[in-house]
Amino acid sequence: MQDLLSNYYPILIFMALAAVITLALMVVPLFAAPHNPDSEKNAPYECGFEAFDDARMKFDVKFYLVAILFIIFDLEVAFLFPWAVAFGEVGLFGFWSMMFFLGVLTIGFAYEWRKGALDWD
Amino acid sequence: MTLTSLAFYLFASVSVASAFMVIAARNPVYSVLFLILTFFNSAGLFILMGAEFLALILVVVYVGAVAVLFLFVVMMLDIDFAELSEGFLQYLPIGATVGLILLLELLLVFGASSRLADSNPLPRATPEGMTNAEALGRVLYTDHIYYFQAAGAILLVAMIGAIVLTLVKSNNPRRQNIAEQNARTKEDGVALVDVKPGQGL
Repeated sequence: MQDLLSNYYPILIFMALAAVITLALMVVPLFAAPHNPDSEKNAPYECGFEAFDDARMKFDVKFYLVAILFIIFDLEVAFLFPWAVAFGEVGLFGFWSMMFFLGVLTIGFAYEWRKGALDWD
Repeated sequence: MTLTSLAFYLFASVSVASAFMVIAARNPVYSVLFLILTFFNSAGLFILMGAEFLALILVVVYVGAVAVLFLFVVMMLDIDFAELSEGFLQYLPIGATVGLILLLELLLVFGASSRLADSNPLPRATPEGMTNAEALGRVLYTDHIYYFQAAGAILLVAMIGAIVLTLVKSNNPRRQNIAEQNARTKEDGVALVDVKPGQGL
């Protein structure tokens, strides 16, 4: 247990360093940088004229499809990691179990490809 | 040991504070970013408990994919969020009541388990002599094969469902046909036209 945590000690040091550098870069400008705002400076800039509408605009639903397909294959890879680590112990049954799982997802992949979900337009 | 408890209090306090900011932030994009911070700190807590595989999956799947999906959903819905979250904190009493009940239940479970622990020690998160991922891999694909294959079927259903719901068929897909491009000759593509002066084409 203590062994495992000591493996993560360098990561803790990296996180502490990152926090210190980030905080320094956020705090120093508060004192060092000239800060003199007015309403024109704070207005959103849109090529010289007044802003037409909200900066938020609707995304195309295609982005959502790409993201959800990415999640599914991400999860598939998450299942592959323990299988690869314990590959020597799971035997032939474990091997074919994973092959069946991958086969099911390959059916989905073939469906996705045939439907044209991988084409952008 | 003191470093471990220091890290625990750091991760725990930052995750509670950022979880509160998820519901309190006015801008929904900030809410999603605070959610990512909460995920990272929960991953740190998992590592402190010895569940390193769970921590890394939390970072890979939740931070890498689910948070991006949330951002897309936030950007896709055309809702005036500032108006929607107006007076949102007035529901705080109800939420606090639910949270209090959950806390009481957790305390009951903790009390029962600490009394049980004297006679019957609880199983550890990490088995002796092997890593998390190996311990999972030894049982997940053989002993618990039905759950594993059910997960595969659920992923297949999710994939097909997402495609059926969101795929907008384009009637003119612009695919690249490499064979057609390579088969093009100079005679197909270039035509020399002798234009008479003053006439044009």
